[in-house]
Amino acid sequence: MEITDAQIEFKDFNFYYGKFHALKNINFKMARHKCTAFIGPSGCGKSTLLRTINRMYDLYPEQRADGQLLFDGRNLLGSEIDVSVLRARIGMVFQKPTPFPMSIYDNIAFGVKLHEKLSNSEMDNRVEWALRKAALWDEVKDKLKQSGMSLSGGQQQRLCIARGIAVKPEVILLDEPTSALDPISTARIEELIDELKEEFTIVIVTHNMQQAARISDYTAYMYLGEMVEFGVTDELFVKPKKKETEDYITGRFG
Amino acid sequence: MKFGDRLFGTLAKSFAWLTLILLAGIILALVYASWPSIQAFGIGFLFSDAWNPPMEDFGGLIPIYGTLVTSVIALLIAVPVSFGIALFLTEMAPAWLRRPLGTAIELLAAIPSIVYGMWGLLVFAPIFAKYIQPGLQSSIGHVPVIGKLFAGAPLGIGLLAAGIILAIMIIPYIASVMRDVFEVTPPMLKESAYGVGCTTWEVMWGVVLPYTKTGVIGGVMLGLGRALGETMAVTFVIGNTNFLDSASLFAPGNSITSALANEFAEADPGLHTAALMELGLILFMITLVVLVVSKLLLNRLAKGEGTKS
Repeated sequence: MEITDAQIEFKDFNFYYGKFHALKNINFKMARHKCTAFIGPSGCGKSTLLRTINRMYDLYPEQRADGQLLFDGRNLLGSEIDVSVLRARIGMVFQKPTPFPMSIYDNIAFGVKLHEKLSNSEMDNRVEWALRKAALWDEVKDKLKQSGMSLSGGQQQRLCIARGIAVKPEVILLDEPTSALDPISTARIEELIDELKEEFTIVIVTHNMQQAARISDYTAYMYLGEMVEFGVTDELFVKPKKKETEDYITGRFG
Repeated sequence: MKFGDRLFGTLAKSFAWLTLILLAGIILALVYASWPSIQAFGIGFLFSDAWNPPMEDFGGLIPIYGTLVTSVIALLIAVPVSFGIALFLTEMAPAWLRRPLGTAIELLAAIPSIVYGMWGLLVFAPIFAKYIQPGLQSSIGHVPVIGKLFAGAPLGIGLLAAGIILAIMIIPYIASVMRDVFEVTPPMLKESAYGVGCTTWEVMWGVVLPYTKTGVIGGVMLGLGRALGETMAVTFVIGNTNFLDSASLFAPGNSITSALANEFAEADPGLHTAALMELGLILFMITLVVLVVSKLLLNRLAKGEGTKS
């Protein structure tokens, strides 16, 4: 397996929470416009790894990274990187829906306004475009002025995805996006991820191995801060190379 | 229902009613005591600047004006400063600094108001008169319209000095409420805002402040309530005069609470006492109006974020 068109590459990457060495010597590449899933038991470092990609750890002074994290060949770990611009290029969706305390329309427009000056009609178009991409438009088009909090959990999560898409990122990070949702909402989000792959590089952390098998092109199995195995999803689930991976995916462990 | 439950329920209910009865009782007592003044001066009491005990001619304009102006000055200064303090303490201060700094700000609230008053009169007012007032006059003093607020002799004591002392006194209340509500904002909500590329300022202003608006407005109202009712510190620095003939904030004036504190002991029973009582009633009404306005404001803000269907 060789990834030729890599958008993100980790090289000798290490991550620390204070003195705790949370990610150990990570080396792998993520392909452009594919979906890469991180699986592994709780506390294995998969969310930590995801959160390094948009430098979310910057908010917490005791957390630090070393090694190289290349985004289109450029190292993201340097202090000269403008994290606001970086985070506009790399959107993120969290475990629980986190709509902002404002209307549905403003939830989408808020992020766009930070980075672009659009006229009212351009903004209307952008909001509609993002909501359509997130498969939410038909459900909310008549109530754009209502609070984002008034939507159901699954709708709120799609609103959060739309909010991320609206700033036109290149990568979307999803941190267990369906863990707080019912099965029907989960299925809708999974369909959505499949469509979004056409235009965005998707990275997803999931507890749910079936989900990783259904939606991802590549899967990384992590355990205790190390990347045990990384490969094409179909191969990793059918014919894992490492014994630990096999134990985990067959349910003998974890 | 068990006897114990019933007893406890009745007790709790009677305590709740007691507060309502007390409130009604205070209003009734104030109205009763100020009745002679209300009858003598009518609504004109609010607009008359007379205050002449020998001639028994009273009007509340100057103390009402003083109370409102000093409180507005206090809020104009204290709210932005408190927001800055709370923002720094929750988002930017290194962990080792948060607790000592937060405690120091809360300790400001523990200083007795009379100490603020003495400090204001003996330390702050002379410095204010010597350096700050001339500075204000030579800068914004020349701006048309606004300049009039900074005209007149730099005496130190006056409405502006009282407003500034009040601001210092209410900052700890507003800042600690703001810090507390900012701290309970879910980290994931803040991270979501950072995640679309917000700076710290944009996160605080665009997401955290709207999320915590109920608490923030509650904190501001707490501060305003204190500013309106503060007596000792204001009495020391406001000048205590019932003559006010310019719009200048440098001019000495009077506030409702200072007027009460200064005159109550020596007021003659009769119209003078009734007029002072009416001032107390008016102060009560002002705080009531402030409370109602803040509720209305919250309702309007809630509409701004969209209906919750």
